[in-house]
Amino acid sequence: MALHCGRACRQYLLHLAHDNVDFRLPEIKALLSLRNRPFDTSETFNEKSPFWQLNGLSEDDIRSVMSRTVCGKSAFELWGHGTTTDELRMSLLEYPAENMAPYLQQNSTYKINVYTFNKTLVFKDSIEKIDALDFLPFKGTVNLKAPEHIFCLLEDYGSDPYEIPEEPFHMYFGRWIADGQRELIRSYSVKKRHFIGNTSMDAGLSFIMANHAKVKADDLVYDPFVGTGSLLVACSRFGAYVCGTDIDYNTIHGVGKASRKNQKWRGPDENIRANLRQYGTESLYVDVMVSDASKTVWRKTAQFDAIVTDPPYGIRESTRRTGSHKDIIKPPEDFSGESHIPVSMAYHLSDIFADLLNFAAHHLVLGGRLIYWLPIYRPEYCEEMVPLHPCLTLISNCEQTLSSHTSRRLITMEKTKEPEESDGLAHLADPRFTPYHGHNSFREKYFFFVFKCNYYFWFFCFFSHSGKV
Amino acid sequence: MKLLTHNMLTSHVQGVIKGYPLIIKATEVKVNELEFSAPFVSRMIPKLEWSALIQAAEWLGQSQDLPSTLIPDYEKDEEFLRKVHRILLEVEVVEGCLQCPESGREFPISKGVPNMLLIEDE
Repeated sequence: MALHCGRACRQYLLHLAHDNVDFRLPEIKALLSLRNRPFDTSETFNEKSPFWQLNGLSEDDIRSVMSRTVCGKSAFELWGHGTTTDELRMSLLEYPAENMAPYLQQNSTYKINVYTFNKTLVFKDSIEKIDALDFLPFKGTVNLKAPEHIFCLLEDYGSDPYEIPEEPFHMYFGRWIADGQRELIRSYSVKKRHFIGNTSMDAGLSFIMANHAKVKADDLVYDPFVGTGSLLVACSRFGAYVCGTDIDYNTIHGVGKASRKNQKWRGPDENIRANLRQYGTESLYVDVMVSDASKTVWRKTAQFDAIVTDPPYGIRESTRRTGSHKDIIKPPEDFSGESHIPVSMAYHLSDIFADLLNFAAHHLVLGGRLIYWLPIYRPEYCEEMVPLHPCLTLISNCEQTLSSHTSRRLITMEKTKEPEESDGLAHLADPRFTPYHGHNSFREKYFFFVFKCNYYFWFFCFFSHSGKV
Repeated sequence: MKLLTHNMLTSHVQGVIKGYPLIIKATEVKVNELEFSAPFVSRMIPKLEWSALIQAAEWLGQSQDLPSTLIPDYEKDEEFLRKVHRILLEVEVVEGCLQCPESGREFPISKGVPNMLLIEDE
């Protein structure tokens, strides 16, 4: 377990938060990719573990990743590790003294933290573990309040909360470098946001999406199903200029019924622009428009650096588009009394995604990314259902379970080829490009399942009640 | 609506061939002061249809000695970039409409938000 060589190939340890587990690796890879660095780890890498070793990076690379990640809690310069205390000790003794020296100076202050994953230690045990490290040449003085250098002993007690081992499976020791941005999950919480709706994306996920999309300062980002703008809020936090469109006039204008429990109507400060103002990013607000995503309003050569969006699933928001339809669907409740949606018709889910991918192929810069949620009926899901396009490369596909039978998958695609005339019609020729077709009935399947559950519930109640008589 | 957006919008009325640029008829225009980012402006310039931008600025009476053709080496000219920043992002049409140059169809702009929806069979 020797850690060797100079500054350039130091090892780092990433300590990750234990939620949105499937979304972590694509997030870290995307953030490393912003620095043109590959994800390079040890052979024993386990994606589910909260501790990841990273090789081939500089401290600046690490700081850059930590300045963006909401999945990463902290990062450390790894000085040693092992599966037993002896291994850890050997590893630390092999770590070059000259790499340690700058942080162990006589006139400096430090403290050592102990962190245990999947186990709670009593104070006495923590102290014992710290004392066991006194073979290290610490020359400075301990300062628990404001130390110059922080070190951490991290222990992994596995992932089974019912089978916690006596000794950890793995131990790491390193110098703390930086924390991640998990604080944003709290400070950008939708609970405190001026303008929200039924479908506002929670803060953590919206930042994860912005990271998967490799959004960076001075980018131009577009959301074609912008709703209340939660994704634009996250992208603007990372310095991107943002714009969006939505077919729903009321949501775009911030009028109509409020989504908050004790509030009837929306106030005057409830719109997307006000949300950006709340977080100090109003200067990054470009525009929002009322527009039908299936009938693009952008000129052919208009291009965006990223398209980040959460299309409607047809459950809490209906899928709509303009067009003629025999059965006219009653327009949604309208605050100002005019009809703003001229005849809604069902916008089939498979069409939404075919149109979205085709739009992205034409309107992303080369190398730009499309990030969107794909609703899934789990009993029927297979990987082939993820829509493809000849100009886009699939980067990641992360599942978030919503219920026993439904989930949504965050799909990340990167534009790797400019479209030719033939590509626009590819989905008609190749069934591979519309495998999602069967999912038009996602809404039906969702509601039928709920109906079935209710039916069995009442059935059971009836018979168990009769049994008692 | 800002002119950066206007520069990228086109009329999507069925059958229209020359739907760009949309004619701006503004009844209320506002000029805000926004933080200037030279890198953003430099990146946007190559994506713009320059003549359409100048035309839009004229419609709003905001031409302010912007050149009718792009100057070379604009990345290094901060004064020029600031002028472009102003016309792209700081000038805003609050009320008015956008008109398709071919069909005459009007898309209203209300409270700074354009409504680009077409009715059936348009």
